[in-house]
Amino acid sequence: MSSETTPWREYFGSRENQSHAAQLGMWIFLGSEVLLFTNLFVGYAVYRYYYPEVFIEASHHLATGWATVQTLLLVTSSLCVALAVHFIRSGRAFWMGVALLVAMGLGLGFLVIKGWEYWKHWTEGALPGEYYRLAELPDRGGSLFFTLYFLLTGLHALHMLAGLSVLGWLVWGALVGRYTAEYHVPVEVGGLYWHLVDVFWLFIYPLLYLVE
Amino acid sequence: MNPSTAGSLAEPTYLNHETTVRSWLLTRDHKRIGVMFLVLVISALLLGGVFAMLLRIELLTPGPTIMGPMTYNRVFTLHGVTMVWLFMIPAIPSAFGNFVLPLMLGAKEVAFPRLNLASVYIYAAGAALTVFGMVWSGADTGWTFYTPYSTTSPTAVTPILLGVFIIGFSTIITGLNFITTTHTLRAPGMHWSRIPLFVWAIYGTSVIQVVATPVLAMVLVLVALERVAGVGIFDPTRGGDPVLFQHMFWFYSHPAVYIMVLPAMGVITEVVCAFSRKNIFGYRMIAASTFGIAFVGFFSWGHHMFVSGQSTFGSGIFGVLSMLVAIFTAIKIFNWVATMYGGAIDLKVPLLYVLGFIFLLTFGGMTGVAVATTSLDVHWHDTYFIVAHFHYIMVGSVLMAFLAALHYWWPKMFGRLFPERWASVAACTIIFGFIVTFLPQFLLGNMGMPRRYYQYPSEMQWLNVLSTAGASLLAFGFGLIGLYLVWSLRYGKVSPANPWGSRGYEWFSASPPGPHNFREPPRFEREVHDYTVSEAPHVF
Ligand code: HEM
Ligand SMILES: [Cu+2]
Repeated sequence: MSSETTPWREYFGSRENQSHAAQLGMWIFLGSEVLLFTNLFVGYAVYRYYYPEVFIEASHHLATGWATVQTLLLVTSSLCVALAVHFIRSGRAFWMGVALLVAMGLGLGFLVIKGWEYWKHWTEGALPGEYYRLAELPDRGGSLFFTLYFLLTGLHALHMLAGLSVLGWLVWGALVGRYTAEYHVPVEVGGLYWHLVDVFWLFIYPLLYLVE
Repeated sequence: MNPSTAGSLAEPTYLNHETTVRSWLLTRDHKRIGVMFLVLVISALLLGGVFAMLLRIELLTPGPTIMGPMTYNRVFTLHGVTMVWLFMIPAIPSAFGNFVLPLMLGAKEVAFPRLNLASVYIYAAGAALTVFGMVWSGADTGWTFYTPYSTTSPTAVTPILLGVFIIGFSTIITGLNFITTTHTLRAPGMHWSRIPLFVWAIYGTSVIQVVATPVLAMVLVLVALERVAGVGIFDPTRGGDPVLFQHMFWFYSHPAVYIMVLPAMGVITEVVCAFSRKNIFGYRMIAASTFGIAFVGFFSWGHHMFVSGQSTFGSGIFGVLSMLVAIFTAIKIFNWVATMYGGAIDLKVPLLYVLGFIFLLTFGGMTGVAVATTSLDVHWHDTYFIVAHFHYIMVGSVLMAFLAALHYWWPKMFGRLFPERWASVAACTIIFGFIVTFLPQFLLGNMGMPRRYYQYPSEMQWLNVLSTAGASLLAFGFGLIGLYLVWSLRYGKVSPANPWGSRGYEWFSASPPGPHNFREPPRFEREVHDYTVSEAPHVF
């Protein structure tokens, strides 16, 4: 929302109402995002039921330790975003920007680790569908596990990229002084989005890496 | 635009306050966006209609008539895809919802005007990709894209899947916008118990859209990935499960039929009130049954899978849950009839479509209960009986309501009246044509004619000829409507602000409304459609 978005739109009647609308819209959007992932979760449940041993075996090919580091990074970044919201509520735009930058750094760290993991899978041949080349695991089930793995983590990574752009745009807004203690709806709403990305991971992590 | 309405002469309308192409293409005005959607969905209807006529012409004779079998497969797929995804799902919410929902709430805007504009372009992009797939080589999977065939078919399934996927985003955005608008932008006096029932219907629909569409989006992506990267989720040779596709698909697509039908019911409610000059009988029941339908709609998808190896117990449960929908629908039907009963009925064109709607919905609904009975469905499954059932209920209701809405709100949208007599002729042609087209298909299905077949035994020819004759009548009716509506834009009588004397809230604005809907914020001091008060010709 660039220059033409005067922070305050008259047709909402009041600022509270505008903020209410933005939050409600975001919550609905988040709800539909959750449902976007459901097919993959359902698929995971179904195929785990079909190929229980293969799925457990396959999960041993994942870097659980690094995934734990990723989880920590992401949770910390969510904390920073929450701090950013807290800062701007009391009008401290500078600290809000700092908190968001830290959050973005942590998010980028997450993606770097993810990229490194992907690269390892690539060399190993633990890939979805046609590209599956992992000899020690049966093709039936094994390729499905990695299909679901890549879909879940890939979709999550795409959401992280979207989230990072949102955070970047908020930092830029903080720099040009757009947000104040009175006007910070975008920060709250963008923050919500980042928390959602975090929450997705909190489902993906145990499902793929931890469940035995 | 309306030189002769002295009163509104000075007032600019949403149509003429800016007239550049740019002002249309970049508009944030929900009314212009509604009009843009109207043009787009009518184009889709036309395209789907051409495919339909080709199908019916092919089925005139038992053997090959005008095309080969592969072409036939493509044509029925393109017909289904266009009609379901490009026309029926967005038609009423995106076109009329956008236009009248904010007016009915006394709002100046929808909550997120720019997202709203984006939804038009997302729809257009999705439609363009779909049409591109059609032109490139079409698809031969049917509109349901059943796996594993859809994952291996050599036709252009991928662009069509992605096109439908993109259109889904437009639907989600529209739903999100309407829910938020209803919550936050109601004018003073518009408390929840006064919200017009069309808004309730659109609200209920929006909930389904937001909840169900992402599930569809993902399943379409999975099929596309399966085609592109062989991921094997639905491919049994790779250990996947094709029936899983059916579950995911119908989890969306059964509720999706209510995405189509609920807005239609909303239109019908408005029109029934306006032309019976009575407020609706059982406001709360109608609103509640909307949510009843939306809710149960999520638990009845399994009735599409009675013959897919589901347990008999599962089928029984799904059958019973499906029948609950019929109860909620019946509530609405009784309330419409009760409203008309004792009302001062004014049998204008929109009400004619309502009568058509009630007939088709009742008949189609009863056949729905019949096919939800497992033992009967085993006989009818995948025959023309099903084709007739879903055309009656889904197409019948959407089409009737769409035409009712088009005629009812035409003067609101464009400030012109259409020629009543021609419109009545067209309405009768359409309703009669519809019945003649699809009634024979129930009989055909019962005789065992499978759906999606290109040839049939010659005993079945007379019923097929009858059906094609009906389709021709329908086509003629549409042609007529197109002609007089376009004619009326220029030569039609200039409409008064409220030509029907309706007490619906949207008529508080001028016809056509000004760029910001109202000159002063309207105050809602009476119930919707309250015909006991005499209304001063005051336009807010
Ligand atoms: C309210 C509006 C309704 C609409 C728009 C609608 C639409 C449809 C559509 C489009 C299909 C065909 C799907 C396909 O292509 O395979 C269908 C099939 C079916 N409908 Fe409906 N339906 C409605 C109401 C009902 C009701 C009330 C019931 C049950 C009480 C019902 C039961 C069924 C069953 C069991 C099938 C599957 C039949 C088969 O494939 O063998 N429908 N419906
Ligand atoms: Cu269904």
